[in-house]
Amino acid sequence: MTHIVVDPVTRIEGHLRIEAEVDAGKVKDAWSSSTMFRGIELILQGRDPRDAWVFTQRICGVCTTVHAIASIRAVENAIGAVPPPNARLLRNLIIAMQAVQDHVVHFYHLHALDWVDIVSALGADPAKTSSLAESISDWPLSSSKYFAGVRDRVKNFVDRGQLGPFANAYWGHAAYKLPPEANLMAVAHYLEALEWQREVIKVHAILGGKNPHPQSFLVGGMATPVDPDKQASLNADTLASVRTLINKAHDFVARVYIPDVLAVASFYKDWAGYGAGAGNYLVYGEYPEDDGPKAPQFLPSGVIRNRDLTKVERFDPAQITEQVQHSWYEYGGGDQAALHPFQGETKPKYTGPKPPFDRLDTGAKYSWLKSPRYAGVPMEVGPLSRMLVAYASGHPRVKELVGVVLAKLGVGPEALFSTLGRVAARAIETLVLAEKQGEWLDQLANNMARHDLRTHDNSKWDPSSWPNDASGAGFHEAPRGALGHWVHIRNGAIANYQCIVPSTWNGGPRDSSGQRGPYEEALLGTPVADPAKPVEILRTIHSFDPCLACGVHVLDARKQEVARVRLP
Amino acid sequence: MSDRESWFIEELKRRGVSRREFLGFCTVMTSALALPASLSAKVAKAIQQAEKPVLVWLEFQDCCGNTESFLRAARPTVADIVLDTLSVDYHETIMAAAGTQAHEALQKVVGDKKGQYLVVVEGSIPTFENGAYCTIGGRTALEIVREVCGGAAATIAMGTCAAYGGLPAAAPNPTGAFGVRDAVPDIRNLVNLPACPANAENITALLVYYLTFKNWPPLDQYQRPLFAYGKLIHDNCERRAHYDAGQYVEAWGDEGHRIGYCLYKMGCKGPVTSQNCPRVRWNEGTNWPIGCGHPCVGCAEPDFWDKMTPFYNHLQGPPTLGPGYTVDRVGIAASVGIAAAFATHGVISYVKRSRQAPEPEAAKPQPGDSKKGENV
Repeated sequence: MTHIVVDPVTRIEGHLRIEAEVDAGKVKDAWSSSTMFRGIELILQGRDPRDAWVFTQRICGVCTTVHAIASIRAVENAIGAVPPPNARLLRNLIIAMQAVQDHVVHFYHLHALDWVDIVSALGADPAKTSSLAESISDWPLSSSKYFAGVRDRVKNFVDRGQLGPFANAYWGHAAYKLPPEANLMAVAHYLEALEWQREVIKVHAILGGKNPHPQSFLVGGMATPVDPDKQASLNADTLASVRTLINKAHDFVARVYIPDVLAVASFYKDWAGYGAGAGNYLVYGEYPEDDGPKAPQFLPSGVIRNRDLTKVERFDPAQITEQVQHSWYEYGGGDQAALHPFQGETKPKYTGPKPPFDRLDTGAKYSWLKSPRYAGVPMEVGPLSRMLVAYASGHPRVKELVGVVLAKLGVGPEALFSTLGRVAARAIETLVLAEKQGEWLDQLANNMARHDLRTHDNSKWDPSSWPNDASGAGFHEAPRGALGHWVHIRNGAIANYQCIVPSTWNGGPRDSSGQRGPYEEALLGTPVADPAKPVEILRTIHSFDPCLACGVHVLDARKQEVARVRLP
Repeated sequence: MSDRESWFIEELKRRGVSRREFLGFCTVMTSALALPASLSAKVAKAIQQAEKPVLVWLEFQDCCGNTESFLRAARPTVADIVLDTLSVDYHETIMAAAGTQAHEALQKVVGDKKGQYLVVVEGSIPTFENGAYCTIGGRTALEIVREVCGGAAATIAMGTCAAYGGLPAAAPNPTGAFGVRDAVPDIRNLVNLPACPANAENITALLVYYLTFKNWPPLDQYQRPLFAYGKLIHDNCERRAHYDAGQYVEAWGDEGHRIGYCLYKMGCKGPVTSQNCPRVRWNEGTNWPIGCGHPCVGCAEPDFWDKMTPFYNHLQGPPTLGPGYTVDRVGIAASVGIAAAFATHGVISYVKRSRQAPEPEAAKPQPGDSKKGENV
């Protein structure tokens, strides 16, 4: 039995540590630990709820819109503000482009190097690479000259002797299966995606002022003015710019990302047999297609249990609880309790080893993440959950695309419950959203043509219009999964604030009954050829797209006086 | 032509960038840095001939927003070349290696390149609970930042968290979070690049400046480069004329909002925030928050999470005299808190100071850099 520690887990957002026991070349047990804590909910106490989104947005700079969206929805839910249709459409456009850009960046820049061997690409034949590329897509950057240029560029980079971020990795590891030509094609697209992501995210700059951290959100609507006849508003000119970028996003997704995922997956079909995880899937739903709390959603909410695709349960927010048995927090009524976020009570209490340390005491508390549970069981959230719920609910386009992907790979739907399934689901979702964005832009343009220029519900802006005591929840589907914010407002100020975020659902530790979190469960049975170079562990962990800064939070109902900060 | 130069020209060609486009980029950069145009050629030469200095990028209590901002660096293809001139030997978000192999990469730089490498720090550094609020490989952020920055040629604190503690340090600062300056008191050659996140244009411009002149630009009293932080947003704002004319947005979505009137009454902190947003804008000049109808939140200023909030309360009276001194006093009562904060922290006096005397500040020696020019 070998004990492995992977810390830092790189190519993720935030600070994650994985400890695992490996026996006979397979993971026998695993522990997921988040090693960073900021206390943002504590910082929010007593502040203006209209400001909260600016604070929570900084929970994460990668999924840089999601905590802003969840926050304004929670406050709107509490005070009864209803954003007008244009605000809903602007938000949908921002949310969708966030997901599309983020998923592509995840595949190429965070996940690909687990599957793609850059050093092997140096030995590729550009002509064969060109044939391969042209056999899977009509993307124009596919000539042998082009790939020769990419290969020479990489060779030049390697010959200079400074490998920078590509140094000391797992190149040549037996787990890499792609032929040199596929590696070279993937490297070319890694570089192209780097240019592409910078370009398409300009939609956020147009609709939100900037990216990262767009700054046009408002409780009750959006600050982005729309008016076809004004220079300083979203008008025909800027709508056209958004249209161009949406088309550019779709083009790359349909002609590069999807074919690449299918090509890479065809060499790694065994990974449809690893990384299954918790087997329960939770989706809050996203992209309201109408206004008000009961609006239908483009990607439906629902719960699937035990991988049973014949049944989708209705999502019930009352079933959500959090536990701290293995988290560095304490509960007043005992750490075995499971508390709903509205009753949430949390106090950070570090009981781990004094740094510097080599091993965590995984029998005790071992993470800054809590353990969220739905009706008492762990749930996986994210693109796989969304695609499964949509598929099982009969979403026509999702059903069609899932069918196409399964047929191309020659596997059945059970292959979706895996490391590879997460990669495929993320790609399918990206295409579905890239196709959809134009519709919301059309609707926005139609409203503007009818001179409906409303972007904000002013009736609830003034805090004197709010009840003295109000609570609200805001739900959102972030790129990494189901995200919820819960706010309690008293006398116009935040009395309590709590977030339960995707990476807490997926990356949390064991609960009081010993049930593992989804990362931990998914690692069981993962092959590890060389415990000193555990690239296989990275494959499964990266398939969840961890975002740890998001995952860690605290709520403290008591106003805590913290002594003046002094350096040790 | 040296090998390095020929490599560079080849690299340009491979990327489909003409020499002319490259020189154009250098002119833009020279202008972004507020340097005389005659220096453009020197910038070009410096980029071509620069050694590939080693850079390590540390992330602590961060959201990764500055890394994301860095990935949006402007001037496509050519800015990428500027990045290629650095060897980024450690950056957890992008590096291929993980765990032990990642740790080794960092130790190699610290051991082999002492006094020669650059560091970018993103995120604050917690000090409570013996530093257990942020550990990497079992070591605390504080231990790592002191070791790595202690041996660096220079450190760039990118974003408000690394510069001043930022969001984690906002009241009540639950984790005892600090910026780099306070966490590593004897640090040398520290440049703060605050904002939430810092603009890609400014980190690019800063690196180009460093590669060109082998030294850091003049800094203000918060150790921010004057080329990016030497002017108030208000003074360069495209809506300034509306402020001066007393034309304000009164409600979200009203006609003034759609026309692009001044956002002062909606809470804009542009009058007390030093940053070049109005000039360089964001995402390759696409837009900026005020251009999108939302007030500035003052994110480049120290302690803005406490001093600039509530964000939607307007400042206590116009900080400048002029025709715009017509703002009605409605809402002042609601903004007593912020007014008190401004009075307490002397922000307004700072504004007046910096408006009157940016030049003398520029001439001062850089704080934290007692031996100017010795680095690299």
